[in-house]
Amino acid sequence: MIRWARRNPGIAVGGLLLALILLAAILAPVLFTVDPTALAPARRTRPPSAQHWFGTDMLGRDIYSRVVFGGRVSLVVGFAVAALTSIVGLVIGVLAGFVRLLDNVVMRAMDGLMAVPPILLAVALMALTRGSVQNVIIAITIAEIPRVSRLVRGVVLSLRELPYVEAAIAAGTRTPRLIWRHILPNTLAPLTVQASYICASAMITEAILSFIGAGTPPIVPSWGNIMAEGRALWQVKPFIVFFPAAALSVTVLAVNLLGDGLRDALDPRLARRL
Amino acid sequence: MWRYAGRRALSTIPVMAIVALFVFSLLYIAPGDPAAIIAGDQASAEDIARIHASLGLDRPFLVRFAEWLWDVARGDLGTSIFANLTVTHMIGQRVEPTLSLMALTLVFSIVVAVPLGVLAAAKAGSWIDRLVMLFAVLGFSVPVFVVGYVLAYVFALQLDWLPVQGYTPLSRGVWPWLSNLILPVLALGAIYIALIARITRASMLEVLGQDYIRTARAKGLGLAPILFLHALKNASVPIVTVIGLGVALLIGGAVVTESVFAIPGIGRLVVDAILRRDYPVIQGVTLMFSFLYVLVNLVVDVLYSLLDPRIRQ
Repeated sequence: MIRWARRNPGIAVGGLLLALILLAAILAPVLFTVDPTALAPARRTRPPSAQHWFGTDMLGRDIYSRVVFGGRVSLVVGFAVAALTSIVGLVIGVLAGFVRLLDNVVMRAMDGLMAVPPILLAVALMALTRGSVQNVIIAITIAEIPRVSRLVRGVVLSLRELPYVEAAIAAGTRTPRLIWRHILPNTLAPLTVQASYICASAMITEAILSFIGAGTPPIVPSWGNIMAEGRALWQVKPFIVFFPAAALSVTVLAVNLLGDGLRDALDPRLARRL
Repeated sequence: MWRYAGRRALSTIPVMAIVALFVFSLLYIAPGDPAAIIAGDQASAEDIARIHASLGLDRPFLVRFAEWLWDVARGDLGTSIFANLTVTHMIGQRVEPTLSLMALTLVFSIVVAVPLGVLAAAKAGSWIDRLVMLFAVLGFSVPVFVVGYVLAYVFALQLDWLPVQGYTPLSRGVWPWLSNLILPVLALGAIYIALIARITRASMLEVLGQDYIRTARAKGLGLAPILFLHALKNASVPIVTVIGLGVALLIGGAVVTESVFAIPGIGRLVVDAILRRDYPVIQGVTLMFSFLYVLVNLVVDVLYSLLDPRIRQ
């Protein structure tokens, strides 16, 4: 176990950190938190103390509780976007890789979508819908799909050239079975690595959207929202921004370490290149 | 060379057309009546009808798209719902801060990141390499506004070396202009430096393993000329690609950086537009930045063919 961890430090450290953060988010109600939306106007912007570990914000809400509960939003957005982009990207990528007629159309569309900077695309989408966690997930997913589709298509096209796939085709394997048995299993490794990076960038994008007022509604305690609220006061009460910022950075770092570790473990060829 | 550049330029036209189609159709794929959402909860029926008409939602999609495309081609990005100014005019007023921020960040990041990546590759496995890679992971993980706040807290509030926020136009002197931009450039550059340093290291490692490097070393050439003349030139294509693709990060990051440092640029314009749901402004800025991004990558592609003539075929 220790030897394995030493050989894969990224997976070990990143995985452990992420597991702890996940656990904290799941167990939020019993981790000495109070209601993250409870107002206490008499105790506004108090610095960290024994009673309020991370202090209170300008409405007197306990920042520690808001940060612990806020982890739920970031994690849900990160994982949901990673899962959704993987599924949709896989379908689009495999279709483009196998149906020549679709390939040109779909890939030109992806080129166009990719040309719109992801944050701006998400912002434009969010401006047209009401702010909710679900809409944030959809907006970020749409912005991230082209990258995954391109990756899958690339993998599919290179797999199709390999002798064992040609042998399977020559042996009369039908296309659905060929995809299921020979193509899909080989897309899993690069897809998993990509999904971890997308999870990390989705969490950052969610925080950015909330920070600039285009994300989850202010009533939801998300890390981006806490920072957005602390923004006006950051020069005098920096702790309001500090704690959610630190939580977000550590979480994204954990996911990135896990991603790098997975990449090194799953694809040694790619690892040497990057 | 020129034939290649011309061909490549022509091939961006369909991409731009698709981008335009996307940005335009956003209005139509949103669930519900976008006019009602833009108008907000307290809007009267007349407000909604006015916005409905000003967005052209009362006319058929294709007719409206053709009109809009014709307007865009003539440089007319529409009119703000709230400010009664054309979007082009509003962007024009705010172009200097954003352009200064992005251009400075681009130059600074390349100047810092490429030597870092080369150094890390040359000393692969050493503590320098580990340090650069650690910085790269951190750069990807710490969001731009967090870097911005930390920098502003340390260098502006605590040490009082630089202004906390704001922007001074270049016409008021180079130093006032620069001093306001140093912290934003550092904040925005962090992720970009991480990206470029990482790809430089990877690309250099690949090239350094090749035979002609060993030949150069065998004939007694020093390490510096080998790294920067022989190896870097051949490693440059992926690096230049990533620099081009990374401009998307720069654009997204600029929106946030301008909010943190209160820079009155195009990013602030977008943020203000979101809060008021001024959709034509959001649409116009998105379209303009996307075109900019496509153009940057066109330039990158043409640059390749200078760096590596094999690509022209």
